[in-house]
Amino acid sequence: MNPYFFYAFATITVLMVVLMILQKNPITGAMCLIVSFFSLAGLYVLLEAHFIAVLQILVYAGAIMVLFIFVIMFLNLKKEDLKTGRRPFYQFAALIASGALVTFLVVQYTKIPPVSFPESVAGFGTVEAIGSLMFSKYVIAFEVIGLLLLVGIIGAVLLGKKENHD
Amino acid sequence: MHPRSVDFEIHMHVSIHHYLVLAAVLFCLGLLGVIIQRNILIMLMCIEVLMNSINLTFIALARYYNQVDGHLVAIFVMAIAAVEAAIGLGIVISLFRNRQSIDINDFNSMRG
Amino acid sequence: MIPKDFIILIPLLPLLGFLINGSITYEQLRGRVCANKSMVSFVACLMPFLSFALGLWVLLTLALHPEIKSISTPHLLDWMILDHFHLTFGLEIDHLSSVMTLVVTGVGFLIHLYSVGYMHDDPHYSKYMSYLNLFLFFMLVLVVADSLVLLFVGWEGVGLCSYLLIGFWFTDKEKAKAGKKAFIVNRIGDFGFMIGIFLIVAAFAAAVPPDTGTEIARDFLSFSYLKTHAGVLTPIITAVTLCLFFGATGKSAQIPLYVWLPDAMAGPTPVSALIHAATMVTAGIYMVARLHFLFVMAPFTMHVVATVGLVTALLAAIIGLTQYDIKKVLAYSTVSQLGYMFLGLGVGAFSGAIFHVMTHAFFKACLFLGAGSVIHALHHEQDIRFMGGLVKKMPITAVTFLVCTLAIAGIPPLAGFFSKDEILFMTYANEHTRHYFWVGLFTAGVTAFYMMRLFVYAFTGKTRYEHPEKIHESPWTMTLPLIILAGLATVAGFLGMPGHSIIGGWLSHLGQITPHHIEGSALQEFHLMGISVGWAGFCALAAFFLYKRNLNFTEGLKRTFKTLYSFIYNKYKVDEIYDFLFVQPIKGFSQVFLNRFFDQKIVDGLMVNGLALSSRFLGRCLSLIQTGLAVHYLLFLLIGLCLVIWFIVNG
Repeated sequence: MNPYFFYAFATITVLMVVLMILQKNPITGAMCLIVSFFSLAGLYVLLEAHFIAVLQILVYAGAIMVLFIFVIMFLNLKKEDLKTGRRPFYQFAALIASGALVTFLVVQYTKIPPVSFPESVAGFGTVEAIGSLMFSKYVIAFEVIGLLLLVGIIGAVLLGKKENHD
Repeated sequence: MHPRSVDFEIHMHVSIHHYLVLAAVLFCLGLLGVIIQRNILIMLMCIEVLMNSINLTFIALARYYNQVDGHLVAIFVMAIAAVEAAIGLGIVISLFRNRQSIDINDFNSMRG
Repeated sequence: MIPKDFIILIPLLPLLGFLINGSITYEQLRGRVCANKSMVSFVACLMPFLSFALGLWVLLTLALHPEIKSISTPHLLDWMILDHFHLTFGLEIDHLSSVMTLVVTGVGFLIHLYSVGYMHDDPHYSKYMSYLNLFLFFMLVLVVADSLVLLFVGWEGVGLCSYLLIGFWFTDKEKAKAGKKAFIVNRIGDFGFMIGIFLIVAAFAAAVPPDTGTEIARDFLSFSYLKTHAGVLTPIITAVTLCLFFGATGKSAQIPLYVWLPDAMAGPTPVSALIHAATMVTAGIYMVARLHFLFVMAPFTMHVVATVGLVTALLAAIIGLTQYDIKKVLAYSTVSQLGYMFLGLGVGAFSGAIFHVMTHAFFKACLFLGAGSVIHALHHEQDIRFMGGLVKKMPITAVTFLVCTLAIAGIPPLAGFFSKDEILFMTYANEHTRHYFWVGLFTAGVTAFYMMRLFVYAFTGKTRYEHPEKIHESPWTMTLPLIILAGLATVAGFLGMPGHSIIGGWLSHLGQITPHHIEGSALQEFHLMGISVGWAGFCALAAFFLYKRNLNFTEGLKRTFKTLYSFIYNKYKVDEIYDFLFVQPIKGFSQVFLNRFFDQKIVDGLMVNGLALSSRFLGRCLSLIQTGLAVHYLLFLLIGLCLVIWFIVNG
């Protein structure tokens, strides 16, 4: 595993997310996010999760972000709708709190011994390995997720339906 | 062995720490974005970032423990993210239809 | 031989009666049932009678098996379990408590029976009967308790019941006040009692170093332990006994706390009989006799007890001379007789005092019930100036009343003679208190005089009641107890014949502290008896003939010593003095400081309103952060999350 790839992908991801949260135009934000999703997919590849990397591109960058962009265009926002910025004190407090949280997490994580990754077993992260686990051990969860998706579709339809005013 | 080369080796070695810290940073950035953004659409995108940071943690630990279960969880999280995005965007559309705004500051009907 | 578990039933049966009649009363007040009076009476009278039968069984067991010192169930239930202090419910009946049990249940039963007739027309009949049963329950708890704390429970319980019964007709404000007064005055005495108990606890706690706490028995407040380890209390024994005696003055109506007893006349007459004869007022005597082993260790306290008893006896008897209310006269005679009992306790004649408790229970119950019979017949007329001539209308009442009058006056061979003379003889025999004998003797004469005056006023001469034709003898439920009690008052004295006193032998475990002081013999006792009989008889006869000839022969004396007379008639103004010294300052303090300042300003102003205002202010402040914006709440959530993680990591 080449560390340069890791640093490159990590830098791109973080940079794009930072750009996104400072954005006021949602289209630009969505573009930044798509780039960061791609680089995350690269990180997954580094972690030998090839199938997940593919899914990341297909589902996130492909489906979900397209949905976002579609909604953005659907709303047809004008310039004056797009405001940004809050009170400085509030932003500062949020920054401090997030910084504290990340500090806590990092402090906790570094208590794990810094061993390198072991050699991966044969067939790790392949479609076969994931599929056999999904349809045996996690079959109930899988079914429930399917149901959840159905509920989500119905909910989205109901929410998006124009109300009858006649 | 030269001590400098050992340092370099350790430094250049990508361990589980790197991934976990990256995930933590992403998580906090997503959270920060949700809090400071006024645009509901970008807030929803930030929530996607939160979910991705969780996915990253799971996949890194799956690699660390050599078990594929973490990948399964990542798939489920993606499914949930998709549902959340669909519902969230549906809510955004219906909000915009009623209020002609996507500024979160305009929605303060919870105020007592 | 009584199974020892049966003795639990002695107090519990009246409690059962209380529960049955109490629930009937409760249901009746809500209109669910209509109480059947005969059933209420049956239950109420049966329970004391069964207790009496059990008490008799206990007495026979103790009498037939001299090797048995007491029957006890030491550990019925746990009460408080602390490291070095265990408090358990336990009962114990020895010779002393067996006599008391019989007096309480026996006389109590007769008073219950009498109440059936006396209270028959009262609308709250079942409530009254249940209170009577409760009274007996607490008195029996007091008598059969095996520890100081359980005795105190009974002690407080009779205080409560006296409040309930004295204020039974609480719609009359004066009567409600009398109940309140009895309760409050008793509480003052109870405070002394409690201080005494605390002193004992403190002494035992201090007696062992804390790290070797195992040496002390954990139930050190039980009588048996106190008796064997009384030496621990030696340094503070005078304080302990004085505190306990102060408690006794409250319950047994001695100076300075006797003021509640004459007011207690406000209750129904059988209640007065119950309080004066069988229960309540004998509690103080019983307690001192029960703890005699402590009191004999404190000669100073014994002296105080004797003096207080003597002074109370004399002063109360003098008040009795002037009163016109039939129940008031009897009330002061009770105070006076209780003074005799304390005199007996004070000179160490414990068995004599208990003997007098017993005989006094008989004749005083009879006198009160007789008075009740008269009051009942005269439709609640209590002033003896409007009685007279009842001997022909109510022969049974009159004869029993006369017998008991002679008994209390100390005329042989009636009961009061023997018991009073034993106390007087013991007073004489103890050389420290020899001079008390003459005062006691004088008091006995005064007693004979005012009791005979009462009899002459109420029963002889012409009828001064305005509707003489309405006077009738009472029903059998009222006269039967009178006859039984008068019979007992006649024969009970022979239990305590000088020389071979049965009661003295029975209570020999109480001991006599003055054996080496006694130089007198049975012969000397007979000499003294002669003196006292002669003096009492002379006073009684004098009263009889003087009042018989002219009821108003004292008018001249009254006019001559007007101030003195009204001073005595108004009970030496003690109530007024207490009112001025204690009641008014406390009232003023309560009004000005507690009510106007503390309650209105501090409690209402600062606490209640202040709390409300500060809550409102804080609410206003906190409502500022309730912006209604979800992202703000999210920020708070994030901060909270940080804090939680902080505590998990560093906690």
